[in-house]
Amino acid sequence: MQHTKIHTRFTALAAAFLLVLALAVPPASRAENKLQIMTATTDLASLAQEVGGDKVDVESIARGYQDPHFVEAKPSFLLKLRKADLLIVVGLELEIGWLPPLITQSSNPKIQVAAPGYLDASRFAKILEIPTGQVTRAEGDVHPLGNPHYWLDPENGLRIAKGIQNKLSEMRPNDAAYFAQRYTAFEERLKQAEQNWQAQMKPYAGRKVVTYHRSWPNFAEHFGLNVIGYVEPRPGIPPSPQHTVELIGQMKRDGVKIIVVEPYFDLKTPNSVAAQTGGQVVVLTPSVGGEKEITDYFKLFDYDIAKLKQAFDATH
Amino acid sequence: MKRIVILSALFCCSSVASAQQSPPLEPKKDVPAAQSSAAASEEARMKTLEDQVRTLAEQVTLLRGELKAMRDARSVEPRSEEPILLTASHIMPGILAPSAPAAPASPEPAKPQATQTQVFGGASSNAKLLNPDISLIGDFIGTAGRNTVSPSPSLELHESEVGLQAIIDPYARADAFISFGETGVNVEEAYVTFTSLPAGLLLKVGKMRADFGKVNTIHNHALSFIDRPLVTNNLVGGEDGIDDAGFSLSRFLPAPKDWFLEGTAQVFRGDSDELFKAARRQDVSVVGHLRAYRDLSESTNLDLGVSYARGHNNAGVGTIFDPSRFLTNLYSVDATLRWKPLRRAIYHSFLFRNEFFWSARDQVSPADFFQTQHAFGLYSDAEYRANRRWTIGGRFDRSGHAANANLTDTGFSAILTYWPSEFSQIRGQYRFGHLADPVTTNYSNANEFLFQFLFVMGAHGAHPF
Repeated sequence: MQHTKIHTRFTALAAAFLLVLALAVPPASRAENKLQIMTATTDLASLAQEVGGDKVDVESIARGYQDPHFVEAKPSFLLKLRKADLLIVVGLELEIGWLPPLITQSSNPKIQVAAPGYLDASRFAKILEIPTGQVTRAEGDVHPLGNPHYWLDPENGLRIAKGIQNKLSEMRPNDAAYFAQRYTAFEERLKQAEQNWQAQMKPYAGRKVVTYHRSWPNFAEHFGLNVIGYVEPRPGIPPSPQHTVELIGQMKRDGVKIIVVEPYFDLKTPNSVAAQTGGQVVVLTPSVGGEKEITDYFKLFDYDIAKLKQAFDATH
Repeated sequence: MKRIVILSALFCCSSVASAQQSPPLEPKKDVPAAQSSAAASEEARMKTLEDQVRTLAEQVTLLRGELKAMRDARSVEPRSEEPILLTASHIMPGILAPSAPAAPASPEPAKPQATQTQVFGGASSNAKLLNPDISLIGDFIGTAGRNTVSPSPSLELHESEVGLQAIIDPYARADAFISFGETGVNVEEAYVTFTSLPAGLLLKVGKMRADFGKVNTIHNHALSFIDRPLVTNNLVGGEDGIDDAGFSLSRFLPAPKDWFLEGTAQVFRGDSDELFKAARRQDVSVVGHLRAYRDLSESTNLDLGVSYARGHNNAGVGTIFDPSRFLTNLYSVDATLRWKPLRRAIYHSFLFRNEFFWSARDQVSPADFFQTQHAFGLYSDAEYRANRRWTIGGRFDRSGHAANANLTDTGFSAILTYWPSEFSQIRGQYRFGHLADPVTTNYSNANEFLFQFLFVMGAHGAHPF
């Protein structure tokens, strides 16, 4: 080993410290003028696309068939987040297990929490199941701010779209009229679709169902379904034999035939419950992209309602 | 705080002045507005004020109504379509807006619900609005069997790690992890991260686990085994590894398509357990890390890294040599393959990780010569999640001793983990070791069974990837 003089060491040190900087070439300036939007989930992406039209590029971090509670904070997302002008999140601690480190590591000042490019969609929505009184994890993985699956109510979809429209207009004032027009068109189409959905669901108003996870309170409320139990004994806790027996008893007592399961849950327990109650398992997707044909927010409800209708008709 | 940001920003800019354009610090949303005439802005201001007054008046009316309703019917449950206030004493402006039952298909878009906003690392109820997220992770370890070289206690509360995390200001967040162990209290990490620097730089200042390889960055409770690999203990400073006070600067680097490249440069005081010992102020240690990541498919990805660390050791203290000449150079290469099918992410996953280390340590030989001891080590770890609750894993270890590369420890472990929920974990590990005693240089076999109970209280922090 050679004698290391102080200043040589200092040079080495400085060199190491600046290594990253020296290698760092400023990112090439983006030619296109589209607003780059990242969303936590596909549903928000679809809503942002409805409002943003061809003035925006939208991409979701989570896939529609993925459990949005458990997304991996992959570095490949960082590359996209780094370039984002706007990040739209579901909020209510749905993404608490993976999004905060992505936001921090993106080193993108625009999308840091509460920065102008950070939009929490839950601010605009009607939130259900906000716990009152004591909140403990004896209740499982509870969301102290309320149920985060609020996008499954078309009215909330409209509210979120309005929020996105305001945000986009604020970020791109020159395109405000365009976004307003897009929103109005979306509202129009959604109202029409909503009439159709309501008409389809009307015969089943008040029907009792069981769901796997508490993903459906907003959907159930909006379409008049009655969720009487869950396959999970507590949110986030896998099914237990005892709870399953209780659930079967309850379903038999109440004559419940429908078990709604999200596409990312194992079907073993729901299938055995269905077999013992003469019921049927319906895999409904809570998000856009849950199945290939569900390409936007409208098709999400189209798909879920058609599936539900089919199941209700088959079990009665 | 602002000043620090500006200072560091200036520093960063000046270092790359030639290549830099002006940093995009300011959001450019105000620019078009500035062009409108003063009269218009005055009018807009008045309008905003008027709107505010109107909103306030509405709120007062609503509040009165609510108060009356509460007095009238204390016991009546709030209607389900009404958002429920978390604390009745605090009024949330937005939350009152959608109270009129909206006609189907034509909802009045709700006004922003100000205090309902989720703040990552922030607050979730009014009573603790500005408290950091607090968590405690208890790590209880028991050991049975025979190990004469590095025995551990039969039962111990190995550590209780308190985590405090919060957003400091619009420019920074801070994370502190304080571990209460058998031997006392240790600030495992406490650093501030500046997230709003120009040129995509991420600066961390404080005490932190160095970005040297993979296992060095992972907290005890997040490991996929109970103990640290032999190579960590032999070559990389023991359980805490390279964990020191200093600066860390990282940035994404230009990379081929579909690759993610990140470079990190760190400067530390030069005190990491027995590994680095700085006798003088200028004996700082440096760590450099280059990470390459690629998604092979939606469910499979590859994570590669090379790391370098350099610092002074204390092997020369009390010898005839100049102590400042004694350095330890550490190199590492790591490779991780992960598989996790998105549709069944909570049920199945697989991880295969390998890390290779090379230590070049300056020291005095038994015959009083200045020498550099080259020691090598590695571990190889595989972990498979069989279902939602069970994970099985195995690890192979092999490592020379940093001060005597002729002594090589070998070991393997089989690990079984059970998760009652996300917030607790029960783990068993069988560990075999063929270990060398550094003093007597004799080898002996160790057969041990370890078990561990982990429990998480409080804010459920993000899992490192």
